[in-house]
Parts: sequence; structure tokens; C-alpha cells
Amino acid sequence: MARLQLEGLSKRYNEFYAARDIHLDVAEGEMLVLLGPSGCGKTTTLRMIAGFVEPSEGVIRIGGEDVTWHPPWKRSTGLVFQNYALFPHLTVARNLAFGLEMRRVEKSEIDRRVHDALAMVRLDHLADRLPRQLSGGQQQRVALARALVVRPDVLLLDEPLSNLDAKLREEVRIEIRALQQRLGITTVMVTHDQEEALSMADRLVVMKEGEVRQIGSQQELYERPVDRFVASFVGRSSFLRGRLADGILRTEGGLEVRCSDGPNGPAAVAIRPERVTVAREAPSAENVFPGEVEHVSYLGGSIDVRVRLSPKDVVVAQMPNVEGGWLPQAGDRVHAGWSASAKAFADTETEEGTAQVS
Amino acid sequence: MTKAIASQSGRRGRALMDRRRLGRAAMLATGGFAFLYILVPLIFVTWLSFYRQEIPSYPPEGYSLRWYGAAAANERFIDAFLVSIQLGVISTAIGLAVALPAALGITRLRFRGRGALANMLLLPLIVPGIVLGFALYVFQVEIEIATSLPLLGSLGGLVWGHVLLVIPWATRLITASLEGFDRTLEEAAQNLGANRLTTFRRVTMPMILPGIVAGAIFGFVSSFGNLEVSLFLVGPGRTTLPIAILQYLQWKIDPTIAAISVLQITIIAAAMLVTDRFVKISRVV
Repeated sequence: MARLQLEGLSKRYNEFYAARDIHLDVAEGEMLVLLGPSGCGKTTTLRMIAGFVEPSEGVIRIGGEDVTWHPPWKRSTGLVFQNYALFPHLTVARNLAFGLEMRRVEKSEIDRRVHDALAMVRLDHLADRLPRQLSGGQQQRVALARALVVRPDVLLLDEPLSNLDAKLREEVRIEIRALQQRLGITTVMVTHDQEEALSMADRLVVMKEGEVRQIGSQQELYERPVDRFVASFVGRSSFLRGRLADGILRTEGGLEVRCSDGPNGPAAVAIRPERVTVAREAPSAENVFPGEVEHVSYLGGSIDVRVRLSPKDVVVAQMPNVEGGWLPQAGDRVHAGWSASAKAFADTETEEGTAQVS
Repeated sequence: MTKAIASQSGRRGRALMDRRRLGRAAMLATGGFAFLYILVPLIFVTWLSFYRQEIPSYPPEGYSLRWYGAAAANERFIDAFLVSIQLGVISTAIGLAVALPAALGITRLRFRGRGALANMLLLPLIVPGIVLGFALYVFQVEIEIATSLPLLGSLGGLVWGHVLLVIPWATRLITASLEGFDRTLEEAAQNLGANRLTTFRRVTMPMILPGIVAGAIFGFVSSFGNLEVSLFLVGPGRTTLPIAILQYLQWKIDPTIAAISVLQITIIAAAMLVTDRFVKISRVV
């Protein structure tokens, strides 16, 4: 267990930065999740921590010690690989014993610790199986136990759930998180799945194009995203685009939307679907616009309603599925309303197209 | 009405089944013929080795084991057999020592001319044995003239040629097993505290062992059965088994040769069976 610090960490391939100036400080026992689309640098960052990628700049500290130039086998990190990377020629027990043998732990001690680690992931009855004789979920638990049995300072999880089917994923998510908290082990997890990230993390790091965009709790990221990318990647948003002046966004379609203040100029307002009210009569809200229902998706627990407000502007509303409630139909004339606290962001060209909610 | 349709479709189904059965029979017949074609010489040689009479004529006058006795009593065959075994083992060992690093380099390093190097290592399979043997002969003569080292006709000279026979097989088979190797396994080992050498010894090596064993056995077999290259490189008093057989045939045709051949076939077949236990031959070749 130890604190993990990354100070100005970069990885450059010629002119291309796979990761750029990453600063992270993971407290002892904290679970930090790196979240971002593929190619955002999250895996590169994880592999630099494990020692498989040499940083171009910056310092990595584990428990205060500078390990930047230590080879992988001299760092106390336990990495769970995306494909588990279990040794196929060794039994489950021998897979777990491997790391302990490398540390020259005594034979009887190895047996005891392997047994305990297997019991921890409820696989003690499968100790003598080969990896190929296990299901995907079991292999995943063996990989986790193998990483933990050596008691590493830092646990690293590289998309640990991506090879499991959806139903199992939810279960394992809870299991890993519970185990991590029980052991109090400093953990860095990498994922592109926001639900996974939100449900497991103490703190999240949103990355894009090799850079950290925002670090914060689930609520901070959702309620106060720093830019348009974070607003679109964490949770869902509809974006209305236009020019911002003094807290009012004039859209290309001619709407005047009241929103939180932002830099004057080209801007986009992010509107969370569940904060939009759709009704036949105009609701009382700071922003109310008439529109026409374009599409209705009945999702069971909620209903997504896509409302066209002008030839250029569309918002999505997520309506709760209330018993006996009104169900809009495509073509209905309705009003959509939301508060003036919706966030406005400078609208940069590079992020065009990533934003719109489907 | 429905009955008529049913019986019609039934008839069509039966016709389809008949055609399928016919196809299957044709395939079996072709396969059987090919198999027989390959096997007939082996069967005849084996049969011949048990003839009693000296002249291999049909019908046999009776059967005996005397030719096996004759082969075992023939010192030239015994010596040649031992030379062949010795030559095969040494050449295979050296060939593996070259092929393993070569295969690692080809599969893991990115460098200009990687593909060309990989193909060059397979070249001894493509160059006719006679050409290879002759080239080596000329080269060794030149070296001997220049340095007056007794290279030609020595075991060293023979091994030199036979290593060239082993390298392509060993490289090809080890490369094949390395190509299917998941390198995250090595990262996993390093993450668990194994340095590069330990990782190779404990993880990489056991995983590619089938390829190495297969490469060794194929290399040995191609050395053991080689005639063309050896022809140029053997010296007085040191012949390999295939050459001893050839020399014997120049004077005599009797079932001794058949008996020797049966022994040779048996050794090679045993090698193949052992290989197949380590690695399915059909998977790597």
C-alpha cells in the first residue's frame, strides 16, 4: 500500500504525444479510474506505471520512491491484464505461486498465501486446474488473485471487465471494488466504459488525446464538467450551438438560450436529458421553447424524447416512466423547458461531431 | 396433396444423399490410392528384407532374418551408422543454437531486411543438395589450400554441411511457435518479479518447447537421411549410412540393403512419432 505520484509524465513518439504532462496523485488506498476513448493515453499511462513503457519526461513515485527508471520486475505493482495473461502451462495454484517464487518466499509460506488468495476470490476448489479449463469469469478472478498475492504497493487494472459478458460484468465490478476497499490497496484502473468508471472510482480522470482533461469525483465531473468533451463523455448531453454573449446563447436556429456564463464567442450549451421537461403546455422554466417531437425511444425505466426546436436545434429529454403518464408521439407539438444553470462551453472546432446525443 | 409433396421432397433428399455418398466414396478412393502409392515402396522393401534367397526375385523361396544378421555383422554399415548418428546429433545441436536466436530476432525485432533474412535461412531447403554439396566442397578445398587445415573429409567439414540442413527446419518450426506466442505472458512474468532471463526460462521456453523439439527432430531426420551433401564431404574411412548403402549397391544387390533400409525407416518413424507427442506435426509444418 502506498501513495502513487505521477509528475509531469509524458510519452512522445517523434512528434506524437501518446501521453502529455500527466500529473496525478493517488492517495494510499484510493481507487483512481482513468477514463477516456481509445487512443486517449490511458493505457500508455498505466503501462508507464508498470514499467513497460519508458516515459519521455516526468517522474513516477511509488510510496515516495522514484521508480521512473526501475525495470518492471523491480516495481511493486500488480497488473491485471485485459486478456488476463495467465500462464497456460501452469495450474491455477502455480500461476499464483509464480510471483512469490520470484520473491524467494518459503515453500510453506507460498502454499499458505496461495490458498488464502484463492479463498479470497472463492476459487480454492480449482487450484489444480489449468487456465484453459476455467470460464472467463474464473480466469479473471485468478488474474486478480495472482496480482494481489504478492501484496503489491499498487494494483493496476487494464480494462479488467471488457472480456466478460454484460451480466457478469456488473457482479465482478462490485466484487473488485469491495475487495479493493477491504484490502485498502492503492489502485489505478483504466476503462473506456463510463458506467464502470462511475460505479467503481473514488476519483476519476478524464483523458483525451494524451492529456488529462479533468480530475474529480463523479458528481464534480457530472455537474461541473470543465469542457465540452467531458460534458459529452461523462453522462449524456444535448448540445445547442451558437454565439454566447452575456449569459445568453443565440443559436444558429434563432433561439435565445439562457445559460451559465462562459467566454463570449462561439459556444455550445450542454443540456442533460433528465433535466429537460417535455409537456404539451409550456412548463415553468427559465428556458422554454415550442417544438415538435421527432422520435420517441421507449426504454422501459425511462423514455427518450427527441424534440426539434428549430431547423438547427434539437434537444433530447429523458422522461421518467410514470404510471398512467402522458406518452408523447412523434409529430406531437410540445414545449421543452430547462433551467438557466445549463453549462456553456467555448465551442472549439476540434471537438465538433463528438458531442451530439444520439 | 401434402403427401405427394412430401414424397417428392423425400426423393429429392435421397438423390442428394446419394450424390453426397458418391462424393465421399470418390474422395476415399483417391485418398486411399495416394496413401497406397506412398506406402508401396516401404511395404516392398520390408517384405524383401525377409527373403531367404540372395537374388531379389519373385516368388520368394522362403523367409528368414539372415539379412538383418548380415547387416549387423557388416562393419562398414555399423561404422557408417554411428557416423550418421554422431553427425546428426552434433549438427542438430549447432543448428538449434543458431536457429533459436535467429527465430527470436525474426519474430521480435523490427529491422530492415527482416523478411529477406527469414527467407535466406530457408534457402538450404531450396538449393539442390548437389549444388550445396559441391559449393561447400570447392570452398573447403580453397580453405584447405589457403590455411592447410585438414578440413575436407573431417567430421568438422561434414558437420558444417549438415548444420545447413538443420537450420531451415529448426528456424521455421521455432519461428512458427514464437509467432503464436502471446507476449503479454512475458509482461505478466516481469510484472510478478521475473527478470528477462527468468522470464525466458520459466515462461517463454516452456511455451515454445514443442517447436524446438519438432525443429530438432526434423533437422536430425534431414541430416540422417542426407546423401547429396555428404557425398562431397566424406573422407576415407568416414562414410555416412546413406553413402555406405550406395557404395554397397554398386557391387551387390541383395536384401541386406533392404534390411538396413527398414532399420533406417524405423528410426525416422520413431522420431516422427516422438515429435508428434510434443507437437502436432500437421500444425507446424
